[in-house]
Amino acid sequence: MRFLLVEDNIQLAKAICSHLLLDGHVVDHADRLSTTRDYLATTAYDMILLDIMLPDGDGREFLNRYRGSAGKTPVIVLTARSEVSDRVGVLDLGADDYITKPFDFSELEARCRAVLRRHGGGATNIKSFGEVEFDGLSGTITHHGTTTNLRNKELRLLEIFFNVPGQICSKSKLVDRLFSYDEDVSENAIEVYVARLRKHLEGSNVQIITVRRLGYRLSLV
Amino acid sequence: MNGMLKGTGSIRWRLIVQLLSGAAILTIILILIVRSFAQQLAEQSQDNILNASLTAILDASSIQQGELTVDIPYSAFSMLSNLSNDRVFYRIDQDGAFLTGYADLPKPKLRATTDTPAFMTSTYQDIEIRMVTATRLLALEGRPIELQASIAQSRNGQAKTLAEISNMVMLFGSGFFVISAIIALLAAQSTVGPLKRLAASVSRRGPHDLRPVTASVPEEMAPLVQSLNQFIQRLDTSLTRSEDFIAEAAHRVRTPLAIVRAQAEITLRRVDKDENRATLKEMIRAIDDSSRAAGQLLDHAMVTFRTDHLERSKIDLGALVGETVDRLQAVATLKDIVFTYAEIDPTQIFGDAILIQNAVQNLLDNAIKYSPVESDISVELTVEAPWVTLSICDQGLGFPKTGAERLTERFARGDNVSGIVGSGLGLTIVDEVIQAHSGNLIISNNPNGVGACVSISFPSS
Repeated sequence: MRFLLVEDNIQLAKAICSHLLLDGHVVDHADRLSTTRDYLATTAYDMILLDIMLPDGDGREFLNRYRGSAGKTPVIVLTARSEVSDRVGVLDLGADDYITKPFDFSELEARCRAVLRRHGGGATNIKSFGEVEFDGLSGTITHHGTTTNLRNKELRLLEIFFNVPGQICSKSKLVDRLFSYDEDVSENAIEVYVARLRKHLEGSNVQIITVRRLGYRLSLV
Repeated sequence: MNGMLKGTGSIRWRLIVQLLSGAAILTIILILIVRSFAQQLAEQSQDNILNASLTAILDASSIQQGELTVDIPYSAFSMLSNLSNDRVFYRIDQDGAFLTGYADLPKPKLRATTDTPAFMTSTYQDIEIRMVTATRLLALEGRPIELQASIAQSRNGQAKTLAEISNMVMLFGSGFFVISAIIALLAAQSTVGPLKRLAASVSRRGPHDLRPVTASVPEEMAPLVQSLNQFIQRLDTSLTRSEDFIAEAAHRVRTPLAIVRAQAEITLRRVDKDENRATLKEMIRAIDDSSRAAGQLLDHAMVTFRTDHLERSKIDLGALVGETVDRLQAVATLKDIVFTYAEIDPTQIFGDAILIQNAVQNLLDNAIKYSPVESDISVELTVEAPWVTLSICDQGLGFPKTGAERLTERFARGDNVSGIVGSGLGLTIVDEVIQAHSGNLIISNNPNGVGACVSISFPSS
């Protein structure tokens, strides 16, 4: 997916960009509204992440004008304000969702997914490996004509595997990606989800292989 | 908060009292003047009649065949007897010697002459009388004789007339006073009216309505309104400044926290060593803790401010809960938590939408936070007049057996949730919002199974 990140804080922008890149997305960064307009004039994006307080104007005014000029790209507002009234205000101006800083990347990802699903996202979200087609947006896997719905944690786990097929993912990293940091979970918790995915993948030529003491990897039979 | 202003008397009452005392004084003066005038007039007319009657008597006296003849004509008495049953007395002297009539009728104090009759008021036979005395000179056998006649009348008729006039004047005076009183009330009303309208137009305003007062007021009140407007202007400026300050402070605090959190998360994905990973996770937890506390503190300040000046309107609680559930769906799915919420028919309540949404969001946040993965949170709205009740039940740890009622106190947390990030302000906020809406908050553990249940009820509108 192609993101446009509008954020004037360079360090935060860098961190968000790295994150999106690590997840296999393409991202352009604008640090002010004028640059944002230049990017939007030349490139089509799947999602705009918009900060409110920008050096050359208010993100809300920009949003209002963008929607007024029939701009259709989904927008998620990144806000440092916490008052409910402020947040409701950006929705009225045409934002699809908002997220309060500081945020959990898995929450941002979940909100993006929900927004894109509402917008009826494109076919670009379908990844395939072996006989298995994986739709990260709707959360389904298809092989041999049967489609299975995945729960959110299964979906996110499979997405990690599909982003780096063939590479070994360590258990502890998978736990960190899958569970929020305020939950005390053991590494064994991941085994439940791997077991479920294995069940869903049964009958296809794709397998999740346990690499002793290192973790798991996705591979073809 | 709202100290009663100590009034120093009411303008309206002061005006009414002043106007009424003025009217009362005027009325009394009027009554006195009219009465004394009437009395004078009555006396005058009695004197005139007495005088006319006396003149008739004197005119009728003559010298006939060398003898003084005093003939009291009928007309002299008839003109006196036209009023009530007043008694008439007379006495005639010749050269100072009693001739005829009532011998003991008092003598005039003044000496009467032929030209000027002498009037006097006196008492005779225990009744008050008015008497007139006059003299006439006649010639008898070439020698002048002086004839002095007095005629007196009791004053019953005059007193009666006077009493009638007095009654009339009292009646007129009272009428005058009543009309003055009405005019005074109206005048006070119209003076106080603009003040009241101004007060109403200011007190009707919502807490955020800081437009200048434009109500038309009399010239004398213009300086007051002008200073009020200047005050509003200053208040607006300082409120805007403090709102900006809070927003700016939140921005200043949250943005660096966001940077640290994002970088910590990135680093966590790159670092392999378990010790480093544990440290990074501790960092992220601490960041979440502080940003949540900051957010809740700001929310709490907002709630406290707004509960002082509730901005009530009709709210569809069902729709509001629906929106809030939608908003939190993304967070819930991360833990594969499913909300079961069936929106029911419009459930109208009367309240502050922003506060209620804040309360509902806090409850749902809590439910998600304390729920295990892959569980359900049931959100149920029931209407049972006169209450609309929202119940949120999760399948988590539930409330601790002891001390659950303390959880609505500031910074109080259950002793079974130390592993979960929280500020201890969530239920405090909810409780304050509910209290401001005269509602109820009930926290309990799910009777048929595991988990906590929180119910909030509002009076239905």
